[in-house]
Amino acid sequence: MPKLQSAAELKKLRAEILAKRDPAKPCIAVCAGAACDGMDSAAVAAAFLAEVAKQKLGGKLEVRTTGCHGYCEKGPNVVVTPGEICYFEVQPADVPEIIAATLKGEVVERLVYQDPNTGAKAVHMNEVPFYKHQTRLLIGDNPKIDPMRIEDYLAVDGYAALVKALTEMTPEQVLDEVKKANLRGRGGGGFPAGSKWETTRNAPEKTKYVIVNGHEGESAAFMDRAMLTGNPHKVLEGLIIGAYAIGAQKGFMYTRHDMPLLEKHVRNALAEAAEYGLLGKNILGSGFDFECELHFDVGIFVSGESSALMRSIEGNPPEPRPKYIRTSVSGIWDKPSNLNNVETWANVPQIITKGAEWFTSIGSERSKGTKLISLSGNVVNSGIVEVPMGTPLRTLVFDIGGGVRDGKTLKAIHFGGAMGGSIPVDLIDAPLDFDGMSKLGAPIGAGGLLLMDEDTDMVEVARYLLDFLVNESCGKCVPCREGMPQMLHILTNMTEGKGRTGDLERLEDLAEVTGLGSLCALGKTSADPLKSMLRYFKPEYEARIPSAGETK
Amino acid sequence: MSEKDIDGIIEKYRGQPSSLIHALVEIQHQNHWLPREVLHQVADALRVPFAQVMQIASFYKAFSLTPKGRHEVHVCTGMTCHLRGAPKLQAKVEELTGLKDGETDADSRFTFETGACLGSCSIGPELIVDGKHYGRMTPEKVADVLKRYE
Amino acid sequence: MSEIVLKIDDREVKATAGMTVLQAAQQAGIHIPTLCHHEKLEAFGGCRLCIVEVEVRGWTSYVVSCLYPVAKDIVVRTRSAKVDKIRKVIVEELMAHAPDAPELVKLAEVYGADRDRFERAESFCIVCGLCVRYCNEVKQKNAVGFIDNGALREISFIPEIAKDECWACQECFTICPTSYAQAAYLLTEALAFPGQRKEPVPATQQPELKPRRVIPITPVMAAR
Repeated sequence: MPKLQSAAELKKLRAEILAKRDPAKPCIAVCAGAACDGMDSAAVAAAFLAEVAKQKLGGKLEVRTTGCHGYCEKGPNVVVTPGEICYFEVQPADVPEIIAATLKGEVVERLVYQDPNTGAKAVHMNEVPFYKHQTRLLIGDNPKIDPMRIEDYLAVDGYAALVKALTEMTPEQVLDEVKKANLRGRGGGGFPAGSKWETTRNAPEKTKYVIVNGHEGESAAFMDRAMLTGNPHKVLEGLIIGAYAIGAQKGFMYTRHDMPLLEKHVRNALAEAAEYGLLGKNILGSGFDFECELHFDVGIFVSGESSALMRSIEGNPPEPRPKYIRTSVSGIWDKPSNLNNVETWANVPQIITKGAEWFTSIGSERSKGTKLISLSGNVVNSGIVEVPMGTPLRTLVFDIGGGVRDGKTLKAIHFGGAMGGSIPVDLIDAPLDFDGMSKLGAPIGAGGLLLMDEDTDMVEVARYLLDFLVNESCGKCVPCREGMPQMLHILTNMTEGKGRTGDLERLEDLAEVTGLGSLCALGKTSADPLKSMLRYFKPEYEARIPSAGETK
Repeated sequence: MSEKDIDGIIEKYRGQPSSLIHALVEIQHQNHWLPREVLHQVADALRVPFAQVMQIASFYKAFSLTPKGRHEVHVCTGMTCHLRGAPKLQAKVEELTGLKDGETDADSRFTFETGACLGSCSIGPELIVDGKHYGRMTPEKVADVLKRYE
Repeated sequence: MSEIVLKIDDREVKATAGMTVLQAAQQAGIHIPTLCHHEKLEAFGGCRLCIVEVEVRGWTSYVVSCLYPVAKDIVVRTRSAKVDKIRKVIVEELMAHAPDAPELVKLAEVYGADRDRFERAESFCIVCGLCVRYCNEVKQKNAVGFIDNGALREISFIPEIAKDECWACQECFTICPTSYAQAAYLLTEALAFPGQRKEPVPATQQPELKPRRVIPITPVMAAR
């Protein structure tokens, strides 16, 4: 494939790709997301390919392995177009029947969605409750794309935003658009991306870096991996546009070491992009040079912290630097480095093609756009969902999530993993919003939403989260290294019936000092789940402490 | 893994201190552990103080400073798996293998590890052996799974 | 270099651009307690004892003065109810490891810290990193380093290097606030290279040798 030398050549290629595709030709998309893969969707895909080969149906039917569709609970997932017919819990044995029905334009009734309460069936994606309440701007393309084929991304208008940015806009105009869109970081900080870009752009050093933080250490958050594994080109396109706006020459994709499929897809995407001339020198003849490298963490949460991550790219131990030295001014090798989360970068192309005004029309007053949420815990429908900011939590929990499993009642909702908080069920009408949720003590974080049922022990949950963090601390600063194990010790005693008078005061002091004195966000937010428990579930804690006069 | 293979990896990164983690990841991936002599070789070739190589090798739990077993048994202890019963699963694995988190048995058959979160929360709690996922596990099913691995 | 005027404890303090709040305070004779700080070493920001309250454009935050850069018109408070509480709890947390360290005992008196408040784990090392950083930055030998992470982080002498370097130097022994560095070295020697340490060249042949002060090991530490 010769390098594309101009926007015109890219447009021509896209037209050629689309001309070769017949929208009426059925396509069977088999999900290879993490959960479906864990349920052996690879065997399902293999069965489809084998059957198609056996019956010599190559001309009549296409089989495509895609990234995560989102409905992880009901995998292995299969979506048949045209019509977006959704089949769930598909097994290799179902394959011949699906193929036969698809060729006849019929539906396999027993494999479609069925409401667990009413028995009502839903065939098409826009009828299935899980999907129909979502606004799938980012993840909606996943079922259409084989992550190993750039043509699939080009067929859904991929890289059109890059073309527009490089040929119709100046870097300042791109930056301006992102600022106007009020795109806030989706990794947990919620910081305005445009502002960070501007600081990096204005830093005096000429050498600048951009980074994709694909580390996703937040427990129960799995949407970044789904996005990056399922549609790496979208993230890459956002990154290149950002680099253009910021004036960066090199980018780093930073991700986990323990996901072979993710590594394969990202390496392939980087190679394909380079092959097509979308990375490298003089991209599409614009004069803009940019290259991108893949880097790995080695399995520790703190290296998701931006300055620790940068130390790691340098080859140093991942110790966070205090934020008085902003990484956008002095980051990797002391050069201005702009780091954003996978989902943040993935939002950029649509902001460029459809404009900031369109983007700000979605969401709430201070939180714009959609948010990917990993729905899990004691929920009926676990998976990855995408809703506009401002959506009431009730919609996420009941309409999309289907409520609590096993007929239990909802006790609490937890956001933000080990650095977030739990809120009680009576706050369920709160809207999904960065600032609103922060004020309630359950910041969205990266978007991992967990449902906790009536049997959940809220003291044990705080204990469990601290246990997780204690292992992930880098150990540099005293409040985190010492404070967290001390809190863990007290909570462990409390769950084992060994609570002592004074424990709650000790916990409160430790929580306060760890929050104020720690070097980085890990230590600073480590006590936030505990603080939310003490705010909303204090009686459960007090019950574990012997009252005056009682002996234990 | 042969000495020649290790040498090959080290040569690839000679003189590049910033590739320390890349080099260690590759060696760990192929050799399943990082012998001390190899760490010295890496320190010399990549021009990084040995103390720093040790800090990185001991800091990250993906690296093993002692030989690992033939099979890596992993129980996910992420938040969802925790709420769905991972502690009981972990206890069962500990009972059947005799190993605690991080340990390898005397026959080098299993290395047991726990950790979060592999992103397949919907099929938790999970047991992962040599990268293969066994989702929606219960303690009763563990023995059968482990039997398949010599 | 441009002059910057800031307020520290209600006093107007003149500093130069590029200074940290700690440097500015020290220059003005205002005391801020430190533990992991050393004039010969790069500021570390690990112990957090030098934490101060800083007010910038109406926003108050808590920062470590050893790293926070001076800026025009910022208002710094080196003591306050919150600052004192943070320091008190830090001392209490460290005393769980080294309850008798002289510096900690002194700080405990000032801040009302209770050495028995938290669960004891008498490792004697408070992981301030002075020994590691001194050996790395000043001596450039890297004979001692950090290993592991989180609460398990500890210092570790590298036998292959310590064997040849440490006995002639011993400078980190006197820097260590708890005398643990010396104990750690001796333990390493006893286990890894007993009787094989490289002795220093005799005084007559050396250009200069600073007098070595070996701190007596208390019975408590010897028992470890």
